[in-house]
Amino acid sequence: MSTPATAAKKKVPFDYSGYLRAGKLPHIWCPGCGHGIVLKSLLRAIDVSGFTKDQLCMVSGIGCSSRTPGYVDFKTLHTLHGRAFSYATGVKLANPELKVIVASGDGDALAIGGNHFIHTCRRNIDMTILVYTNYIYGMTGGQYSPTTPQGAMATTSRYGNIEPVFDTCELAKASGATFVARGTSYHCQELEKILLAAIKHKGTSVVEIIDQCPTYYGRQNKLRSATEMMEIFEKNGTVSVKQADRLPPEKVEGKLLRGILYQVERPEYCEEYDKLIEKVRGQ
Amino acid sequence: MVEPAKALADIRIDENLCKGCSICADFCPTNVLEMRGSVVAVKDLEACTKCQLCDLRCPDFAIQVY
Ligand SMILES: Cc1ncc(C[n+]2csc(CCOP(=O)(O)OP(=O)(O)O)c2C)c(N)n1
Ligand code: SF4
Ligand code: SF4
Ligand code: SF4
Repeated sequence: MSTPATAAKKKVPFDYSGYLRAGKLPHIWCPGCGHGIVLKSLLRAIDVSGFTKDQLCMVSGIGCSSRTPGYVDFKTLHTLHGRAFSYATGVKLANPELKVIVASGDGDALAIGGNHFIHTCRRNIDMTILVYTNYIYGMTGGQYSPTTPQGAMATTSRYGNIEPVFDTCELAKASGATFVARGTSYHCQELEKILLAAIKHKGTSVVEIIDQCPTYYGRQNKLRSATEMMEIFEKNGTVSVKQADRLPPEKVEGKLLRGILYQVERPEYCEEYDKLIEKVRGQ
Repeated sequence: MVEPAKALADIRIDENLCKGCSICADFCPTNVLEMRGSVVAVKDLEACTKCQLCDLRCPDFAIQVY
């Protein structure tokens, strides 16, 4: 398999300005927050994808990560907490020619939006979903989320979180998503390639991105800096799916797999809907 | 004979955008950058290989290397 060309490979700085709304920087995210790194990887992937700004629609719910559409110069929609997938489904059904990308925090996608998330995956509607896993509710002050590790501190788990976590990628796969991948903000060039493949996939593509909330997760868990969080959770806490088979089991155990984890073809929802219209009209 | 000077990198830091997180400096493979107060600064320009990693990992669109 040939690796797709990526914007990051060129040794010249990438010009982001053409994809950003003018006058919106600095963005609202805290120093060291991973959401900005993800945004930049996404913009480079879009540049390589060949989609023009008019062909893209970015939809989000509520949360720090959900502020992403406010910065991009595409068609954008900032909606209700947990409901981004439902709005995005409406956008796509009404405008099947648009490439729809959803930005959703782990709380937005998996807690309040969990039901919408699984049914979007089940339908296999053509849409790329970015789940920003920073292990916490950032925007509302650091409450634990469905990805907060057991034992971790959060505003709502002052003695350590006792709840088991969701494996976002397994959940997406089991729910019917036809492209499932995981990246990190630390591995931002690899993330760019993963996002490019996700955008090009036809059907529901889910990319879980491990990133960092130094302000709430970091502080409450005695992690001194964004750098330390990126080293622990991203650089050392994950392993590439391409290397995992070749490594001794002790080097893989307890780590999250990165890369494209699952990809299949299955009928896409809008196309099936069109077929139904044709059939009914023909009767 | 004088050796032709190596083309030095042009590291442009936007001090209005830099939030001082130090991600770029901490992960620079050749230790080019350092923190000065709440913004990043160039410490050793000659060591820069123009690998672009500082730009790629900067969350704030604050550093670019030409
Ligand atoms: C219906 C509803 N319930 C609760 C909230 C409060 N709220 C806003 S954002 C958020 C969670 C944000 O966490 P996450 O989705 O993980 O995104 P992050 O801020 O970490 O990027 C919550 C609970 C809301 N806005 N609307
Ligand atoms: S609170 Fe956390 S998630 Fe929100 S902007 Fe700050 S670091 Fe990022
Ligand atoms: S381009 Fe590479 S070597 Fe130069 S400052 Fe940035 S990270 Fe360091
Ligand atoms: S990564 Fe960006 S915001 Fe952080 S210190 Fe470097 S230039 Fe400043």
